[in-house]
Amino acid sequence: MDNELISLGSKAGSQQKYGRTYKIEIENLSAWFGTKQVLKDINMKIRANAITAIIGPSGCGKSTLIRCLNRMHELVPSAKVSGKVFLDGIDIYSKNVDPVVVRRKVGMVFQKPNPFPTMSIYDNVAAGLKLNGIRDRKVLDKLVRRSLEQAWLWDEVKDDLDKPGSSLSGGQQQRLCIARALAVEPEVLLLDEPTSALDPIAASKIEQLIVSLKRDYTIVIVTHNMQQAARVADYTAFLYLGKLIEYDETSRIFSNPKEELTENYIAGRFG
Amino acid sequence: MSPDDVFKYILGFISGIVVLTLFLMVLELFRYSLPVLSLKFIFGINWNPVVGSEEYGILPYILGTLVTSAIAIFVGVPISLGIAIYLSEMAPNFIRTILSFVIELLAAVPSVIYGLWGLFIFRFWVRDFIEVPLSKHLAFIPIFQGEPFGLDILTAGLILAIMIIPTVSSVSREVLMAVPDSQREAAYSLGATKWEVIRLGVLSYAKSGIVGAAILGLGRAIGETMAVTMVIGNAIGPAALPTSLFKAGQTMASLIANEFNEADPTSLHPNALIGVGLILFVLALTINLLAQLLIWRILKIKEGAVE
Repeated sequence: MDNELISLGSKAGSQQKYGRTYKIEIENLSAWFGTKQVLKDINMKIRANAITAIIGPSGCGKSTLIRCLNRMHELVPSAKVSGKVFLDGIDIYSKNVDPVVVRRKVGMVFQKPNPFPTMSIYDNVAAGLKLNGIRDRKVLDKLVRRSLEQAWLWDEVKDDLDKPGSSLSGGQQQRLCIARALAVEPEVLLLDEPTSALDPIAASKIEQLIVSLKRDYTIVIVTHNMQQAARVADYTAFLYLGKLIEYDETSRIFSNPKEELTENYIAGRFG
Repeated sequence: MSPDDVFKYILGFISGIVVLTLFLMVLELFRYSLPVLSLKFIFGINWNPVVGSEEYGILPYILGTLVTSAIAIFVGVPISLGIAIYLSEMAPNFIRTILSFVIELLAAVPSVIYGLWGLFIFRFWVRDFIEVPLSKHLAFIPIFQGEPFGLDILTAGLILAIMIIPTVSSVSREVLMAVPDSQREAAYSLGATKWEVIRLGVLSYAKSGIVGAAILGLGRAIGETMAVTMVIGNAIGPAALPTSLFKAGQTMASLIANEFNEADPTSLHPNALIGVGLILFVLALTINLLAQLLIWRILKIKEGAVE
């Protein structure tokens, strides 16, 4: 079962070296909650080492779409998915792929910061590493530090690593969650409205952080904030009522959309 | 005085009665047991209510209470936690509803019924399936020595374990179900398996509540009287010291239940029994206070949590 995914890992490495264009390819993806269809036949290719934003009005299926990319959608009872999602050419929905392994390759950060409140800052970041069987304190120390540095949090917490993660401010908690996600060295990072629960200053710091991360990761961000998409994303997808209406370079989506629906949404005429 | 004020004072008075009752109860317990209270009462092991050679020492019953309750906790809490985890994290909805209902029903069974069942049925299971094999193979360990009989400390502890399961499992289930889904998602998104999600996202968050549930169970086990009296064998004096799980024992509650109607009012026997009641009360109070402190301490860590 794992063989394919192990090869998936090594293949990803070599392809990154040669600059693979598309990290994720979505084919005919549909998703349901019970009988309600929330995604309708989505086809979309997501570029490696770029930031792709998914925008659209509330309830259009943005969150469901990214939750289909790491097989989180199916955790909801009554949820259903059909179609294919290729990660480095391998369908993550094929029978011999373990969703647990998919989620280690595709990390996720949520709308509301959700650190483990009874764990220290250190243990929060180390949690995923320990799941991967890393027990050596020196290795853990190194990786925790690296992850916190990547998430621009190290300088703020390096003397308080034993304090509970919940003692941090909202923005710091969110960066802690980013560090926690990065610690397991995913290849893709999914962000589900990561700044919507934060004040503008904390949000802007997270935005800059996200941009700095695209060198090493493929990033997909859901946002209801169009300015945010315009500021950070290389590519933007507009979703409406479960359908992918338009998907293009961000500059083109915002300056010269092909679809009237997109234009109306961006102009703020609905949503 | 406005009608609202009248209302307020009436309710205040009613609440005050509860506090007053508690206070008077402690006072009376203390007053009646004063003639026997001494270090010898607490640390003595002889019990002789015969006038002229009266001697009252309750150490065996204190230990009996602690040992049976400990068995109840060690056996009952893991089972309850297992049930709670299954119900909140795994069971499909209809099974959850049915199973929760049946477990709540267990709590409605009067304790004398547990006692009867323990006396006529359960004790033979304990004897044949647990005690006989243990005494055959592990008799070199002191706590497994003695002739397996089935009316003893182990049976009492196991009956208590069954009796605390409804309380502990339903409180734990409530606690687990109160854990926000965002915690489970956090664990899932790191590539955790189902069990790892439960450990990382659910149990670590719910720790303090689970401790609270266990303490509630302990409170029930310590005070439980009827069922224990019927299966513990009711030893008296030094024979009641819980040196082996296979010995007849006695708890403070079962001692009072056994002897209250034979106590000669002209002797110190009633005072001694009330003294046992006082110690039981103090023990229960201490355990509850300890539990509260523990929970407060853990809750403090959670302060400022996102949820």
